[in-house]
Amino acid sequence: MKELIKELTEAYGPSGREDSVRDTLKCMVEPYADEIDVDKMGNLIVRKEGPGKKIMVAAHMDELGLMVTFIDENGFLRFSNIGGISPYILLGERVVFHNGVKGTIGCEKLDNIKDLKLSKMYIDIGFSDKKEAEGKVKIGDVAVYQRSFSDLGGRILAKALDDRVGCAVLVQTLKELEKPANDIYFVFTVQEEVGVRGARTSAYKINPDLGLAVDVTRTGDTPESETMAVSLGKGPTVKVKDTLIITHPKVKKLMVDTAEKNNISYQLEVLERGGTDSGAIHLTREGVPSGVMSIPCRYIHTPSEMVDFGDVQEGVKLLKNILHKKVT
Amino acid sequence: MLLRELSEAFGVSGGEGEVRRIIRQAVEPLVDEVSTDVLGNLIVFKKGSKSGPRIMLTAHMDEVGLIVAGFENNGLIRFSKVGGIDDRVLVSKVVQIGDKKVPGVIGAKAIHLQRPEERKKSLKVEELYIDIGAKSKEEAEKLVKLGDYIAFYTKYEEIEGGLAKGKAFDNRVGCALVIEALKKEYPYPLYGVFTVQEEVGMRGAGVAAYKIKPDLAIVLEGTTAADVIELKEEGYVTTLGKGPAFTVMDASVIADLKIVNFLIKMAEENQMPYQFRRFTGGGTDAGRISLTREGVRAAVVSVPCRYIHNPANILNLEDVKNTLKLIELFLVDLPEGGLS
Repeated sequence: MKELIKELTEAYGPSGREDSVRDTLKCMVEPYADEIDVDKMGNLIVRKEGPGKKIMVAAHMDELGLMVTFIDENGFLRFSNIGGISPYILLGERVVFHNGVKGTIGCEKLDNIKDLKLSKMYIDIGFSDKKEAEGKVKIGDVAVYQRSFSDLGGRILAKALDDRVGCAVLVQTLKELEKPANDIYFVFTVQEEVGVRGARTSAYKINPDLGLAVDVTRTGDTPESETMAVSLGKGPTVKVKDTLIITHPKVKKLMVDTAEKNNISYQLEVLERGGTDSGAIHLTREGVPSGVMSIPCRYIHTPSEMVDFGDVQEGVKLLKNILHKKVT
Repeated sequence: MLLRELSEAFGVSGGEGEVRRIIRQAVEPLVDEVSTDVLGNLIVFKKGSKSGPRIMLTAHMDEVGLIVAGFENNGLIRFSKVGGIDDRVLVSKVVQIGDKKVPGVIGAKAIHLQRPEERKKSLKVEELYIDIGAKSKEEAEKLVKLGDYIAFYTKYEEIEGGLAKGKAFDNRVGCALVIEALKKEYPYPLYGVFTVQEEVGMRGAGVAAYKIKPDLAIVLEGTTAADVIELKEEGYVTTLGKGPAFTVMDASVIADLKIVNFLIKMAEENQMPYQFRRFTGGGTDAGRISLTREGVRAAVVSVPCRYIHNPANILNLEDVKNTLKLIELFLVDLPEGGLS
């Protein structure tokens, strides 16, 4: 499964430009799916047929990005952020475009580092005039972090674990599902990072009886970190609440009961800032009882996100057991 | 083109009646069906000559403005803002209030009476008032009601360099373009939609798209151009005279890449100017439309306008012409299967 995570995290796929990661996922799921569909927004919808109620399980494909807004006379690219990116983590960072063009990020002379803003920064792709640069990159093109996957043993370090690790959990669960007791729609969504957009339209289309999102969540287990009762290595979480959703009590109970019955370690999660696809799913049409299973993750939205591989494996186990149980 | 009449019309968000009447009158002879929905969106339909993608061509009718919030005993009127307006542009502007278009002036202390420290700070909306000449609260209430809308009063004029000045180019220029585009015949079913309440949260567009179920949508807008002295070129967003601007992404939508690429192809094949909107903030009706039901492919084409959300805007009439031409080409040349 580590191979799966490596391939997915190293794929290119900022919000709105998920084609490449979608193709990768499509190849991975094809042998195991009963139906595959790509909708107008670009969501990849993979059905595993079963007799019971419709369950939508979502993980988002998109990652953060930097969109080119201007190319100056000397070939430097100005950019804007796609999703929540701090300017501080960008200093000295390397980025790569969809066509493989690479660059680094520099910034204007500042008297005080506190004045650092994205508008003072630029991408340098190694050309010295506008024409040459425009031959490689156009306004509207999007760069992502250029980072490779590192296996640290028990833990994994990579870019875009938010939420390619969620995608990997879905793929692995699909592989291991034998006879699901419910009609399962695995949805690899687009544009989560810019406002849970893909989940909204795909949930409308599927019209599920129950919704689950699999995403990453913050932890409180690093030096002088914010207080949060989630740690790496203690299992996937059952979300209680975040900014966009209060987990439906029925779904929370289903998740907790399944974990306890099967001796799967889990943590309860209250996320004070942030939300995920379930925020959109549960408000679709007449409302959909929904919840979230999160993989604890450190350094979210930086080029080096970290998860515990044990948590990922336990996550697959929990999701698989939930889907095998007939939902009423 | 109806730009003059539309720009001078009164239509703050939620009070689009006058604008809707002007548009309805103009489009009725051009289309097969006309209706106004519950929220006040004006929806018109041209059947086209064959079946194919259902296209929604849309522009919002409303403008930013003010609303009457209270009366002082001496007849002065207190107000609040409707939509995004910079408090600093309000002082000393001429406005019209309500259906009767009662004229008034946003008042403030004259410079002679200000203390030196007062001159340095700009006035907030709470400190301002409108003077309609009434001597008492009772007299004012006879002319103006609580909740009446207030719009800037600005004459439309063509000025030097092929430019025009006027108010509410965001988005009466879009309305004028949709009307103009409806004058031609196209192959596929076309909905012209004039939406309400965009400036207070893109409220009309979502319900209109829900009703119509379009296959793709093009939003026509007047967007900000900041090609003026205080900014460096990378901050211009758009530039007057360089053609229609395509949105790649704003805070509400990532434009459908297939539509954007098709627009670029149309422009390049016909040697027409175009530019990108080089800014990712702000939002338009495309945000709501794209997330309707199972999702709708949506893109935004804008006419660059300086000083939007202010009492007087400036645009380039050549940009308006080029935007129209591009939209017409798009509607004629769109492949039968749409862009999926």
